[in-house]
Amino acid sequence: MSVVRLGHLYPDEMNIYADRGNIAVLDARLRWRDHGLAVDALEPGDRLEPGQHDLFYLGGGQDRDQAIVARDLVATKAAGLRASVEGGAAVLCVCGGYQLAGHGYTAVDGSRMPGLGLLDLDTVAGPTRLIGDLVIEAELDGERHRVVGFENHAGRTRLGPGARPLGTVLSGHGNNDHDGGEGAVAGRVVGTYLHGPLLPKNPWLADVILAWALEHRTGSRLDLPPLDDELERAAHEVAVGRPTRR
Amino acid sequence: MPAPALTLARAAGRLSRGLGRGGGTSLPGKVLLRLRPGAVAELAADLPRGATLISATNGKTTTARLTTAAAKGAGWRLIANTAGANLLSGVATALLDGVAAEPNADAALFEVDEAALPEVARQLQPRVVVLMNLFRDQLDRYGELERLVQDWAGMIDDLPSDATLVLNADDPAVASLHDARRKTLLFGLDDPWLALPALPHAADSTRCRRCGARLVYEQVTVGHMGHWACPDGHLARPQPDVRAVRVRLEGTEGLALRVVTPAGEIEATPRLPGVHNAYNVTAAIAAALAMGVPADGIGDAVGGAAAAFGRGERVALDGRELVLLLAKNPAGANETVRTVLLDPEPLHLLIALNDRTADGHDVSWIWDVDYEPLLGRIAQLTVTGERAHDLALRFRYAGMELGRLRVEPHLERAMDAAVADAPVGATVYVLPTYTAMLGMRQVLVERGAAAAFWRDG
Repeated sequence: MSVVRLGHLYPDEMNIYADRGNIAVLDARLRWRDHGLAVDALEPGDRLEPGQHDLFYLGGGQDRDQAIVARDLVATKAAGLRASVEGGAAVLCVCGGYQLAGHGYTAVDGSRMPGLGLLDLDTVAGPTRLIGDLVIEAELDGERHRVVGFENHAGRTRLGPGARPLGTVLSGHGNNDHDGGEGAVAGRVVGTYLHGPLLPKNPWLADVILAWALEHRTGSRLDLPPLDDELERAAHEVAVGRPTRR
Repeated sequence: MPAPALTLARAAGRLSRGLGRGGGTSLPGKVLLRLRPGAVAELAADLPRGATLISATNGKTTTARLTTAAAKGAGWRLIANTAGANLLSGVATALLDGVAAEPNADAALFEVDEAALPEVARQLQPRVVVLMNLFRDQLDRYGELERLVQDWAGMIDDLPSDATLVLNADDPAVASLHDARRKTLLFGLDDPWLALPALPHAADSTRCRRCGARLVYEQVTVGHMGHWACPDGHLARPQPDVRAVRVRLEGTEGLALRVVTPAGEIEATPRLPGVHNAYNVTAAIAAALAMGVPADGIGDAVGGAAAAFGRGERVALDGRELVLLLAKNPAGANETVRTVLLDPEPLHLLIALNDRTADGHDVSWIWDVDYEPLLGRIAQLTVTGERAHDLALRFRYAGMELGRLRVEPHLERAMDAAVADAPVGATVYVLPTYTAMLGMRQVLVERGAAAAFWRDG
C-alpha cells in the first residue's frame, strides 16, 4: 500500500466548479485499491519543496481570486512546481487553473496576468463566454477515450509546439472554438477546460493520473486493478447525450 | 394606455392556458412588452403605494409570499407574481392581470430574478427594494457572483431618490450595497443558538470587500452569512434595524421567532422550517414595515401564510406525507439538508436533479453541497431526474452504502418507489431542482394531491 501525496493549490480560492469532487474521486479510487491519499493545502504564501508531492491539483476561481492566485503562484510556487514536474510529479489543472499553467492570460482590457509556464500555451480573453456541454476524444498513455464534462470560459487558449491537445472536440467549443483542440498535455502535466467536475464521470482519466502519481511515489509502474464503474459509465453516457437531447 | 395592446396580450395568456402550455404566466407580458415598450411603468404609475421588489438567490418566492400575506392582512389590495414568473415578462404579465382583477389595487409586490432586477427596477421605479442574499448559483447563466453585486450597485444608483432599501446585514456582499444617502432598513438574525460550527465549503463572499482579507465570523448562520467583520477593521456587519433576537426551530414543522423592530416587537410562528426561513420571515417583516404596513398585524399574517409551491409544501400521497423542499444551488441545498436532519426519524429521501435551462445546464454544483451529514441517517435514498446518475456518483464518492441507494431517472416512477419504501404515516423528503419540482408537482396535481401552481396564492 502506498500513500500518494497531493498538493492541492489554493483550495479556498480556486474551487468554483466543484473542484473538491475531483479530490474526492482521487481519494476514493486509491482507497478502494488499498492505497491512500494525503492532501496538503497549499495556500497563498506557502512554499513547496520539490519531490514531496506526487501530484498537484489546481482548480478554477472567480476572476478576483484568480488575480490574487496568479501573483502568488509566480512569487512563491512557480520554481518549486517546475522542479517537481522535472522530477516526475503529475499536475492536473482545470479551467482557470489550466489558463494559469500556461504563459499567461490577457484580459479584455489588455491587462496581463502571469502564468506558471508549465504548459506551452497562452490565453487571451474573447468577446463571449464559451459555455456548454463538452465531449472530447482524449489520448493519454497511448490510449484513446471519450471524456465528457462542461465548459465555461471567456479565454481562448492557443498551444505552442511544447504541448499537444489533450483531445479533439466531438461537441462543444474546446480551447478556442476554432482549431478543434481541447486541453493540453506535456509529460505528466494535464490541463483542461472540462469540469462537471472532471473526474467522477471520467474514471479512466482519474486512473491514468493516479498511476503516474503512484509511479512517482513508488519508483515503479503499478497495475491499478479495475473497479466496478457501472455508475460512472452510466453517468458518462447520460452526459454524452445531453447536448442533443436537452 | 390604449386598450388594444392590453386586450391582445391577455388573449395570448388565455390561449396559452387553453393549449395546455402552462398558466400563461409570462407570455402575455412578452406580448405586451413587444407591442408597447414602457407599458410596465405606465401600469405601475397609478398604484398609490407604488411597487416593492424582492430579490435574492434564495428565498425570494417565500419572502414575497410572506410579505404579501402581511400587506393583505392589513387590508391592502395587492398585485403580485405569486406563480413565480420573475423575469421582466412575468412581472409585466402579473401587472397586466392584476390591474384587470384589482382595478383599485394599493400596491404591487414582485419577486424578481436577481439578474433581471436592474432592468425590472429601471422599468418599474419601485418605492421599496428588498435585497436578501447572493450565493453562487447557475454559473453558466448568472456568471460570477461579483458581477451580480456590481449590477445591483448600479441599479441602486438609478433608483428614485425616495426609494427605501431593505438589506440583509448578515450577507457581506448585500450589506456592502448600503448607501448612507438612502433610506435603508437593515435586517439580520441575532440569536447565538443558530451558529454553525464553521463556514461551510460553499461559502462565497468571505473576503473583505475593501482590502481582500479573510473575514472573521463571530457566528455563521447560513452559507457566508452571519456576524462578520474584516480583521483589519475596514468593514463589519452593520447593526440591523430589524433583528430576530430569538429563533426557535420546531423540527421540520416550523419556526417561532421574536423580532425586534423600530415599530416594536413582533412574534411570529410560521409553518416554515429551517434557519433559511428565519431569514425569509425577518426579511418579510422588514419589507412590510418599509412598505408602510402597520406592525401590529404582521406577526399573525406571516404565521398564517402557507408555504409557496415546492418550498416546504406538504402533500399527502398514499398515506405518506411528501415534503417538497426546492434545492437548486449549494447554499440552498445545504439548508434543506440541515432542515431534514431536524427530523429524528430514519430519513426517506428523494433527490431530483434536472439540467434544463431553469435548473442550469451545469450540474457540478451538487459536489459543493454538504450531503455527508445525511449518510448515517438515511433509511432509503432515491435519486431521480435527467441527471440522476450524477447524484448517484455524488453519494457513491461520499461513501454511501449502495444498497440503500436507488437510481431511477423517471420522476414519477421514482416518486412512487420512494413512497412505497416509506412506512405508512412516514414522511418522504423531496429535494428537487426547479424543473424537477415542477415535474413532480404536475404528477401530484394529476393525482389530485396538490393544486396547480398558477392557482397558488
